[in-house]
Amino acid sequence: MDTTNGHTVKPYLQSKIHPLKFALWVGIGSILMVFASLTSAYVVRQASGNWIEFVMPKAFYISTALIILSSVLLHLSYLAFKREEERPYKNYLLGAGILGVGFLIFQYQGWLTMMEYGLPLRTNASGDFTYILSWLHAGHVLGGLLAIAISILVAFSIPFKVTASRKLRLELVLTYWHFVDILWIYLLLFFILQ
Amino acid sequence: MAHVADKSKEQSRTDYLIEEYGYDDHFHEHDHGDKYKSGFINHYIFSQDHKMIAKQFLITGMIWAIIAAFMSIIFRMQLGFPETSMAWVKPLLGKWITLNDEGFGVLSPDFYYALVTIHGTILVFFVLTAGLSGTFSNLLIPLQVGARDMASPFMNMLSYWFFFMAGLVMFISLFVGTGPFSGGWVAYPPLSALPEASMGSGVGMTLWLVSLTLFVVSVLLGGINYITTVLNLRTKGMGMWRMPLTIWAFFLTAIIGLLSFPVVVSGFLLLMADRILGTSFYLNEIFVGGHALEYAGGSPILYQHLFWFLGHPEVYIIILPSMGLVSEVLSVHSRKPIFGYKAMVFSMMAIGFLSFIVWAHHMFMSGINPFIANFFVVFTLIIAVPSAVKVFNWITTIFRGSIRYNSASMFAVGFVSMFISGGLTGIYLGNSTIDIQMHDTYFVVAHFHIVMGVAAFFGMFAGIYHWFPKMYGRFMNETLGKIHFWGTMIGAYCIFWPMHYLGIAGVPRRYYSFDVFQTFAHFSTMNKFITVAAILTFFVQILFVVNFFRSIWKGRKVTERNPWKANTLEWTTPIHAGHGNWPGKLPTVQRWAYDYYNNEDGTDFNPQIEPLKEGEADIH
Ligand code: HEM
Ligand SMILES: [Cu+2]
Repeated sequence: MDTTNGHTVKPYLQSKIHPLKFALWVGIGSILMVFASLTSAYVVRQASGNWIEFVMPKAFYISTALIILSSVLLHLSYLAFKREEERPYKNYLLGAGILGVGFLIFQYQGWLTMMEYGLPLRTNASGDFTYILSWLHAGHVLGGLLAIAISILVAFSIPFKVTASRKLRLELVLTYWHFVDILWIYLLLFFILQ
Repeated sequence: MAHVADKSKEQSRTDYLIEEYGYDDHFHEHDHGDKYKSGFINHYIFSQDHKMIAKQFLITGMIWAIIAAFMSIIFRMQLGFPETSMAWVKPLLGKWITLNDEGFGVLSPDFYYALVTIHGTILVFFVLTAGLSGTFSNLLIPLQVGARDMASPFMNMLSYWFFFMAGLVMFISLFVGTGPFSGGWVAYPPLSALPEASMGSGVGMTLWLVSLTLFVVSVLLGGINYITTVLNLRTKGMGMWRMPLTIWAFFLTAIIGLLSFPVVVSGFLLLMADRILGTSFYLNEIFVGGHALEYAGGSPILYQHLFWFLGHPEVYIIILPSMGLVSEVLSVHSRKPIFGYKAMVFSMMAIGFLSFIVWAHHMFMSGINPFIANFFVVFTLIIAVPSAVKVFNWITTIFRGSIRYNSASMFAVGFVSMFISGGLTGIYLGNSTIDIQMHDTYFVVAHFHIVMGVAAFFGMFAGIYHWFPKMYGRFMNETLGKIHFWGTMIGAYCIFWPMHYLGIAGVPRRYYSFDVFQTFAHFSTMNKFITVAAILTFFVQILFVVNFFRSIWKGRKVTERNPWKANTLEWTTPIHAGHGNWPGKLPTVQRWAYDYYNNEDGTDFNPQIEPLKEGEADIH
């Protein structure tokens, strides 16, 4: 809305929140519906029997720790950015990206462990649901990582400067990244408790 | 001469009000007119202007509507005149028509099913969702709330192109060797899950899934924008309770879409897993040709739940925008405030909410627990209440109004008629005990075509006739419009009314031929009648298409900004508004959208930019 041709047109806004941020929240709402419906399907399917119980692979706990840490680092990076501290901003950002990749590596480990359990795909719906849900989540993480990668690229290639539009973009990435983080925690708790 | 003076007086009044009270966002200082001024490609193809995107949605939707309607003519020929040769469509359908020695052409049953399936898919999703919501949400949301464009014009453009790609993939699926998917628009497993289940279940179904997934992306991108724009970019003074009902309708539709479309994506995801990875989410022990397949423990009913959790809200995604358009059109053309504005909004909210807890009324015959069915019966019947409130309010709105009989208002009244007729049969179907007899018969076909298919089309037509001057700066031809209305109104009732009788007698839907059923033999005349009516109605629609395209270039020119003397903001923009909609300041809103009553100076309307008069109360 506001940056075409490099000019800034100030739209009249009904609320304080930036429209794009609001749009992100709406989008998050609809992603949540996908996971809510799949976990409901899981519950329904489980209730009808023929369901193998298994212990969550250790790797999933490690990956959880990594993604939480990654979220924290990204947040620190954002705070540093706002305080105009260039070095910590860049370092934390890089760290968040690396930990995000680490998350995916350990997810992969987790899937391998499930295979070793004798639960490759098509053995039982309990495994299948776990695969599908965690794959779908991994896909969303991949999207977040892409956004972080672009942020890193921008951070290291463009001279450091705090501008409204850069701050906004960082906030969008941050919100989304926290969201996939919390989404994974929800999924893991769901798998353990269900 | 006096007339001309009046016009310019009115225009200068609009200009004065915008200049005096408008919100200055420094639009013109930066841009000198069309700030997004751009070449042909960016203007007509990869446009980010919501008005152009609206036209893209509309015209794409129209092309799909013609294709889908033509499909219905072919399968209606099969149903009405099975003894007549179909050799004439052989040039078009090729191998799907087989000729015998005497040159008698027979439509292949496989292709019959494909036609029915794709007809439904196209109309429900491409025409009545994208073509309707996509067109009018795009056109009207920024214009009527007083915004320069959508919150993210770029995402908005993507939304159209995802829709376009969805259409492309579906179009390609019509030409693959084994034909497009043929298991019904609801795509129930196992027909949709086992590639070997039927001809269309292989490549055809894969393409169907790809197409619909792209389509959902389009809906979500659009919906996010609509919601954000309505909530954040309303101009100064445009409180929620001052919004025209069109905006309320698009807004609620978008919310329903964002909550329900993701769920069908989940359903499709598991379906893809079953198809590609060989999982058993929807498949149980299945024997094909005496051999057991490797599936175990899945349930096709799970798919039905996921599908109808979208499927039912989807029918309201289709009808709510039409309701909004009709409310606006009826009020403007009967020169009266809409009756029960808040009741209209609350009933739309109620419908939206209830639409999420009635989905299993499509599954009464799937073996669900009758006690659970009762729950769904109750909520289904409760939907009739807000629906009735709306009908009552439309009728009271036009009651004793000074109605202008033009194509737009007639289609709006036609909408109300159709919605009543089809809504009443919904109440029959909503009773699970009656549904045991009616389910999957022509009664259901009659119900949903009247209440959804025809009614939503009527709302869309009303909208097109009414906002055509805004879109193209010209009017559509009124005489053709009226012929179009009467032809469609009478034609549609002739097509769908008799289907109720077929359905009550138990004639099942989705059958290729009834030759072997003695009980249904005496319906063959009725089937012929329906087919003839369908063909005639089809030709009446061609009239509309001709009128539409002719009027774009040859229609009577609009000479004043506000030809209908309406209150809403879109009529304060220049006749041919550039990207950004208002050349100078943004108009601000001083009153609600429905102040139609006689003023002292002889006018009978008060635009939203007109400040309240001395002593006049703000209604909302
Ligand atoms: C008074 C409100 C309504 C009630 C009580 C109602 C009830 C029902 C019921 C119970 C069925 C299932 C019939 C069966 O398959 O055996 C049904 C089918 C259907 N209804 Fe309605 N309905 C209502 C309004 C609407 C509206 C407003 C729309 C669309 C705008 C709509 C669209 C449909 C469609 C598309 C189907 C059939 C889907 C299919 O099987 O292919 N209905 N309705
Ligand atoms: Cu329904």
